[in-house]
Amino acid sequence: MTTTTGTAAATRAVGTAHTRVEGLAKVTGAARYAGEIPHPELAHGWLVLSTVARGRVRSVQDAPVLAMPGVLTVLHHGNAPRLESDYTVPFGQPDPALQLFQHDRIPYVGRPVALVVAETPEQAREAAEALVVEYDEEPHDVAFFAGRPGMYTPEGSAAHKGDLEAELAASAVVVDAEYTTPEEHHSPMEPHAATARWDGGRLEVIDSNQGSRFVADELAKLFSLDPDSVRVRSEHVGGGFGSKGTRPHSVLAAMAATVLHRPVRVVMTRRQMFALVGYRSPTAQRVRLGADADGRLRALDHQAECQTSTVFEFIERSADFGRPVYDADAHHTVTRAVRLDVPTPTWMRAPGEAPGSFALESAFDELAEKCGIDPIELRLRNEPTVGPLSGLPFSSRNLRACFEEGARRFGWADRDPRPGVRREGRRLLGTGVAAAAFPTLSAPSTAAVTAEADGTFTVRVTAMDIGTGARTALTQVAADALEVAPGRIRMRIGDSDFGRAIIAGGSMGTRSWAWAIIAAARELRERLVPGGAVPPEGITARSDTSAAVGALTEMERHTFGAQFAEVAVDVTTGEVRVQRMLGIFAAGRIVNPLTARGQFIGGMTWGLSMALHEEAVRDQASGGHVGADLAGYHFAAHADVPAIEADWVDDPDPDDPVGIKGIGEIGVVGAAAAIANAVWHATGVRHRNLPIRPDRVLGAAEGALGA
Amino acid sequence: MREFGYERVLDVSGAVALLGDDPDARFLGGGTNLVDLMKAGVERPTRLVDVRELPLDRIEFTPDGGLHIGATVTNSDLAAHPEVRRHFPALAQAVLAGASGQLRNMATVGGNLLQRTRCGYFTDLAKPCNKRAPGSGCPAIEGEHHNHAILGASAHCVATHPSDMAVALTAFDALVSYETADGPGELPLADFYLPVGDTPHRETALPPGALITGVTLPAAPVAAHSRYRKVRERASYAFAIGSIAAALDVRGDVVREVRLAFGAVASRPWRAGEAERVLTGGPASAEAFAAAADAELAAARPLPHNGFKVPLMRNLVVAVLTELAEEAAR
Repeated sequence: MTTTTGTAAATRAVGTAHTRVEGLAKVTGAARYAGEIPHPELAHGWLVLSTVARGRVRSVQDAPVLAMPGVLTVLHHGNAPRLESDYTVPFGQPDPALQLFQHDRIPYVGRPVALVVAETPEQAREAAEALVVEYDEEPHDVAFFAGRPGMYTPEGSAAHKGDLEAELAASAVVVDAEYTTPEEHHSPMEPHAATARWDGGRLEVIDSNQGSRFVADELAKLFSLDPDSVRVRSEHVGGGFGSKGTRPHSVLAAMAATVLHRPVRVVMTRRQMFALVGYRSPTAQRVRLGADADGRLRALDHQAECQTSTVFEFIERSADFGRPVYDADAHHTVTRAVRLDVPTPTWMRAPGEAPGSFALESAFDELAEKCGIDPIELRLRNEPTVGPLSGLPFSSRNLRACFEEGARRFGWADRDPRPGVRREGRRLLGTGVAAAAFPTLSAPSTAAVTAEADGTFTVRVTAMDIGTGARTALTQVAADALEVAPGRIRMRIGDSDFGRAIIAGGSMGTRSWAWAIIAAARELRERLVPGGAVPPEGITARSDTSAAVGALTEMERHTFGAQFAEVAVDVTTGEVRVQRMLGIFAAGRIVNPLTARGQFIGGMTWGLSMALHEEAVRDQASGGHVGADLAGYHFAAHADVPAIEADWVDDPDPDDPVGIKGIGEIGVVGAAAAIANAVWHATGVRHRNLPIRPDRVLGAAEGALGA
Repeated sequence: MREFGYERVLDVSGAVALLGDDPDARFLGGGTNLVDLMKAGVERPTRLVDVRELPLDRIEFTPDGGLHIGATVTNSDLAAHPEVRRHFPALAQAVLAGASGQLRNMATVGGNLLQRTRCGYFTDLAKPCNKRAPGSGCPAIEGEHHNHAILGASAHCVATHPSDMAVALTAFDALVSYETADGPGELPLADFYLPVGDTPHRETALPPGALITGVTLPAAPVAAHSRYRKVRERASYAFAIGSIAAALDVRGDVVREVRLAFGAVASRPWRAGEAERVLTGGPASAEAFAAAADAELAAARPLPHNGFKVPLMRNLVVAVLTELAEEAAR
């Protein structure tokens, strides 16, 4: 029997590098994911998706398939149990995509029309592929392009101050440019998977998601169950990036388990993921900047457009990016949307900020060129002292420090601003820069910390480690809060039974969960008697941060960053290669430098991939994708990713118990713009449409030669 | 997955006899393409005859100083072979430009020649495709085709051949040898792939049931001065959007012999015979290289979104031949 916490064990885990606490389990294969946990009597469901983009299901010819070997059932709109649809979720209205098999309407290619369940995955797949579904097809419209008919302004998507046209007219220098970004997909390494079973009157689901409690609550509502009778566990999750909320696989696994009275697993294929788990909407953006000759902004106008589906509204709020970043006398931002016969887009790493920063930070580079001012200096001249639209103070704002440190390390001072003058063999070299910003949020969460009789501590919180290193970071936070070594902490996460806690998303997970852990740890320490005994069942303290988070004063809370890139462009082939990237971030207190650097570099790699590679192509005739797999949907390969350096400046958040801000998304913001700006610096050609494919570079070079 | 038969064979005649005239049986080499297509449902063989253990894994000199490459030689072994690297460097470079290390360890020379197009419509059963389902149409012509053919295509199919290796083999006048129940045969690679026409589903001139046993490269001193250059949309693990295999023999600024073949521009590796004729005996200058490329590409019929391939191939011809000429001058 040992005791409690003590001064002798005072540690400083936060801020020092720790390898992942589950690292050994992951590299040895001991860590099991949702699709591979063995279970007796397991049946396997295979999704059948619509092949038409609009219409109705006329018939599902299940009889021949039911006669196939091993087939247990075929669920579809003609026989599925009813689901509840009249409920709300924490983020507003529920996604009607979860109303599976409740009607015969088809709103897009890839809508689930049946689930075939069989004894083995192979039998289920063979039967699913043999299932004949007939449709009454209707004309569809999947064409997204700038200014197309049907654009509307969603509620709350516009913000403005000042007389835009007057300020533009009074400006000595004006940039007016249009940008586009394509449809992009998360494609986390682990496909979405769920295993559902009934156990002692409870629905038990093992699922790959970003918020076990959120999934449990929504399943309870869909199936009209008491919230306590649903448990969702997600101990290890292989990436999410916004795609892993409640998705059809977990609903259908639960539905089939209910119908069949046996455990059912549903795993998505990579190709199915392109239709079923959301994506980043394509965007078309127009940016107008007006400035005095010295670069001071008079006008900032960012008009963005995106698509959503006909059944649900999700807005890729690209125009929001500039609101906290730059001030201007006239400051107008709005995102519009059009409803098309496509699946509903969703959050994808830095939703809004990723495409929005590409447009605005490219436009700033164009303004710097026109003004003849260094692009970093231009940005620093437009640093606001308070929120440009809100008038609120910043909790902390260290963008200037990011640029200064980044410029020093990147060697920016030696840069010749002229484009197209650096040659290395057949390749032109250039460098570019961009600013990054992302909101700092926190959300109410609960946690429980138990002092065990053996001197260890168990933390229970429905946190999610989707590959970020959250489990390790929270272990460090708990160790410091309890003043013990991290090895004495048992961190249990990813179980909806641990109580309410925010999702792994919005860069707010670690901050919100850590807050709850610290509150519970403090409570526990007050209850522990120094030198006193701990009973066999331990001593547990619980926390709920609702009041503390709710009491936060309204401020401009953001992370910031400065992105630098160097590229080499072969103008005879159009190939762009990124030679190096540097990101310096002001992103709160860094809990674990090892995994934090991984997240920043991962985000920057996403930016590289967004700049040069990623693009989902939608076939207008069928309404579905072409090449919806990882051979057809290109993302950066290892050979595309150069030495990427990420570091940070001191920037603790004054209102957070640990000083955390959140680092999940800031790394991708601005990275694509820095690369596009570097391509301009190399070649003298602006690329305003992503990705910067070889054919586009070549076409621009040919155009320049031909002119 | 559908059930299928699987048999492994140890000798060539046995392999041919086992496959017989069964149109639903397939030879299995490395499986790096066939198995993918089976997963996608594009290929649905009832039987697989595994030919990987056949004694066709040697690379040997032919009596005239050329090389004979067995059909089951893996791409990795082919690219690493010292005589290949010395006498046909473009071939080794082409193989290394394709796929990944793991795939090259599995993929075989015979299978590489027979790989299918990566056109996104061909591999998606939900969409029409004349190559996969004759008569169903070609949606790429009106749809996504930015990496489709500019040469030799038809109104029925605009898909490209994906192989890098075959481009280099085409430049070097390779001969494909095969075995049938009626005995052995041989086809110049130039005649191996059929024109697209209105039968895009018929891809090669191999007789039914034939097993590729090897590829012969005739002795070609010019090939020692050769290069393969592949342009793709990412630095690895992507098919070409344009590639070139080139060999050049220059004496005193005059082109004595030149070999040129293009990849990713047609339904087969494209021997640039017109460009070779224009260049041979003429000056080895950038202007001449460009004029030769233009002569070859005069036949190009780009679609709305793949016109970039014309200047791309022109630039590649100039760039690679210029490099080879400069090396020859050293």
